[in-house]
Amino acid sequence: MAEFTLRLRRYDPESGDAPYWEEHTVDLEPHRSVLEAILQAKARFDGSIGIRCSCRAAICGSCGVRINGTPDLACHTHLDKAQRHSRDGVIEVEPMGNMPVIKDLIVDMEAVHWKKIRRVTPWLIAKQPVPEREYIVPRETMVDVTQSMACIQCGACVSDCLAMEVDPDFIGPAALAKAYRFVGDPRDDQPYERLKDLAEDPHGIYDCTHCFMCIDACPKDVAPMSQIMRLRRRAGSDYGIEDRNNGERHEQAFVTLVRKYGLLDEAELVPRSYGGDSPLSKFKPSVQKELASSLPSIAKALLRRKVTPAKVLKPHRLAKRDLQQIRRIYEEVEGHPERLELNLYITGYDEDEVVTP
Amino acid sequence: MPAHDVLIIGAGLAGQRAALAAAEAGASVAIMSKVHPVRSHSVAAAGGINAAIAIDDDWTEHAYDTVKGSDYLGDQDAIEIMCSEAPGEAMHLEHMGVTFHRNEKGELDLRAFGGASKKRTAYVADITGQAILHVLYEQLMRYHESVDRYEEWFATSLIVDAGGHCAGAVARDVRTGAMEIFDAKSVILASGGNGQCYKPTTNALICTGDGIAQAYRVGAPIMDMEMVQYHPTTLAENGFLITEGARGEGAHLLNSEGRRFMEDYAPSKMELASRDVVSRAEQTEINEGRGVGADGQGIYLDITVVARKRVLEALREIVNIGRDFAGTDITREPIMIRPGQHYIMGGVKTDVDGQTPITGLYAAGEVACVSVHGGNRLGANSLLDTLIFGRRSGEHAAARGKELPMPHAPVSRLREDAERIEAIIAREHGGRRISEIKDELGTTMNEFVAVYREEDGLQKAHEIVHRLKEEAEAAYVDDRGTVFNQDVLGAIELGYMLDCAEASVVAAIERKESRGAQFRIDYPERNDEEWLKHIDITRGPDGEPEISYSPVTITKWQPEVRKY
Repeated sequence: MAEFTLRLRRYDPESGDAPYWEEHTVDLEPHRSVLEAILQAKARFDGSIGIRCSCRAAICGSCGVRINGTPDLACHTHLDKAQRHSRDGVIEVEPMGNMPVIKDLIVDMEAVHWKKIRRVTPWLIAKQPVPEREYIVPRETMVDVTQSMACIQCGACVSDCLAMEVDPDFIGPAALAKAYRFVGDPRDDQPYERLKDLAEDPHGIYDCTHCFMCIDACPKDVAPMSQIMRLRRRAGSDYGIEDRNNGERHEQAFVTLVRKYGLLDEAELVPRSYGGDSPLSKFKPSVQKELASSLPSIAKALLRRKVTPAKVLKPHRLAKRDLQQIRRIYEEVEGHPERLELNLYITGYDEDEVVTP
Repeated sequence: MPAHDVLIIGAGLAGQRAALAAAEAGASVAIMSKVHPVRSHSVAAAGGINAAIAIDDDWTEHAYDTVKGSDYLGDQDAIEIMCSEAPGEAMHLEHMGVTFHRNEKGELDLRAFGGASKKRTAYVADITGQAILHVLYEQLMRYHESVDRYEEWFATSLIVDAGGHCAGAVARDVRTGAMEIFDAKSVILASGGNGQCYKPTTNALICTGDGIAQAYRVGAPIMDMEMVQYHPTTLAENGFLITEGARGEGAHLLNSEGRRFMEDYAPSKMELASRDVVSRAEQTEINEGRGVGADGQGIYLDITVVARKRVLEALREIVNIGRDFAGTDITREPIMIRPGQHYIMGGVKTDVDGQTPITGLYAAGEVACVSVHGGNRLGANSLLDTLIFGRRSGEHAAARGKELPMPHAPVSRLREDAERIEAIIAREHGGRRISEIKDELGTTMNEFVAVYREEDGLQKAHEIVHRLKEEAEAAYVDDRGTVFNQDVLGAIELGYMLDCAEASVVAAIERKESRGAQFRIDYPERNDEEWLKHIDITRGPDGEPEISYSPVTITKWQPEVRKY
């Protein structure tokens, strides 16, 4: 047994008081979970501590919280680890972010998380005619969608999604991972319609900023951002969906410019995103119109020296050796006979299981 | 005030399946759960669902395996229905979107499971319950216009009218504390089992026997309550479930001598004998000093004999559980397990349409006792039970409601429950904490009403449960608020658990033989002459349990000596 001190974020909506911190010290073995510690505090000291929990084994998805500022399931975090990662030896537990707090550690999942889940038409639109027995589908496809099926709807990824912080309407990591579960399911009749919908929505797949927070946050290895990237590849490469938000072209421009210069050429990125992946796109009248409307942000970029007039004329370029290495990455990725799927159920789990070409 | 043709309490597999079936039949439906539906404990079902869908399989073989698994206490008419309807139900799930694993030909793949003569368990890795539960919830979202969802509402009592018909329920909105009467022509209980009566248990904290106790309190008989399943592979330290799928995929059980001891107990089925047999074998090894671990209270489950790639694909969840909760990489070393409380075969007595003897009250899933599991449930038959009898209950209740007027419960019913809750909140500090009583109940049940039982221990458990019931009446709560007052709900749940535990103890004392999960050291043989019958328990006028019996339905299979 060892002593662990918890600092819990308390909030009583009926009191009229602001949220406050409260400390409790419990006795538990170091490999026991933060949830067990909270439940011990609740059992021994204060039954009014509010936390949703049920299975204790990281499968029901109830106990999503922030521990020392990082989202996770309380039942899935060991006390010793939590203590090591704490600021001052006291394990800090607070409600998840991006969702309103109802009481103590309980947040309103319905108002944010579930609303977004419902946005992605979250049910199979079965191909017709429905067979008498099972649909005959490739074995790998079902293993593939198992990764997004493994999502337990805990909200940890939603809690720390940076894009959602800036754009609360962003459909978000959990719901988009759910969308992949249908797009990747060969029994679904409308993958194209789904992808078009999610690509054209300005808060859809191209709203993600690749920050990796959701991959870090997910306790079930769903890797929501990977699923979003896979949705993009299917939309852009497989179905040729060009969205009105320039998401697809923006991504293309990124790829081309990095291949060419080894680094991003911001001055070239914007016109290509608007008008297509060509150096001539900036001369298209439609693009110039859009560029004009972007002047305020371009001015801001200039002011912050993200772009300088000199760099506009002469983009930065990596040393030849470095550039060759960048191009080798391209050759490596593009040289695969099949697309590398960002799915650990298929590509393995740890060092000796990773498929190496 | 909400009024529906069908009110379903509990939103796991049985409840959600019932809701979809009733809505499809044209009924107005409400489904209520004290947690969000996807948090229901069905989510933890791992290994799969049984259905005789293979070309070389037949539902009668599935039924025979189930009858034999039940140690002949299962009602064979109900078992025949469950097993014959299983293939259709599995295909229905597949068509709704469940991502069942496929074989190389693209057909549903099947894995081996305990007590089964063939491979007949369809699965989604080892998250089958989660996969099915989430797909059913997808359907509830799809049919939101015909099914009203009351998520995070806690049912406080069932309403029975003057004519003895069930006419709805009173419930509390957990989020606001508001109370509401839900009028309904039929109520389907689908609120799961009572595993929290035990400590440790594989069951979630929400499995507090609410529906069993609610039905019992309005006069419905509960049946087979002595039949409590101990799962052979639960984590030695904390009782978490390690799926039977591990043994289905080929894992071995080893004692301290490193020997596959199951050859002494079930030479032909080995690790895949039925659960009661394997759990007893493990407990015998432990009791005779061949257990592993520092205290000798464990057994090794060796999954390293299964190909690593297969484990990572098909048993990923237990890889996680081993890593996160036992610090063990199950693909490289054996993991220490032991038998642990997992399931209650007993529950609210129903017919094959889920009807209890109280008109208008149905039950389906673990809360119910049809009885398809009898003395021992086969692995992967519980998901099947929830879906088949959930659907049948939903269909029957919808049809029955068509000719009935909508009942209207008097508002006084709401006041009674509201006052009861206020009285709990107002209890003076003193007496014991709810958590202490719950702990003592759990350890008591796990000591005396476990794999091996005998008269003295059971009597002792009976006394303790009796005392705890009195103490629970005075146990106080800290939370005086209305928003998410989980404390006061915990006090109500404790009362439910004590009713369930009392019934289990009384029935275990009554059954003076060994059958299925009930093994009496003092009556070690099965005694078909005297005990091939169900024990029914009803609540007497003084609140004490009263015992009666009902016959076991036998159609095709006469009791035989049970060997694996």
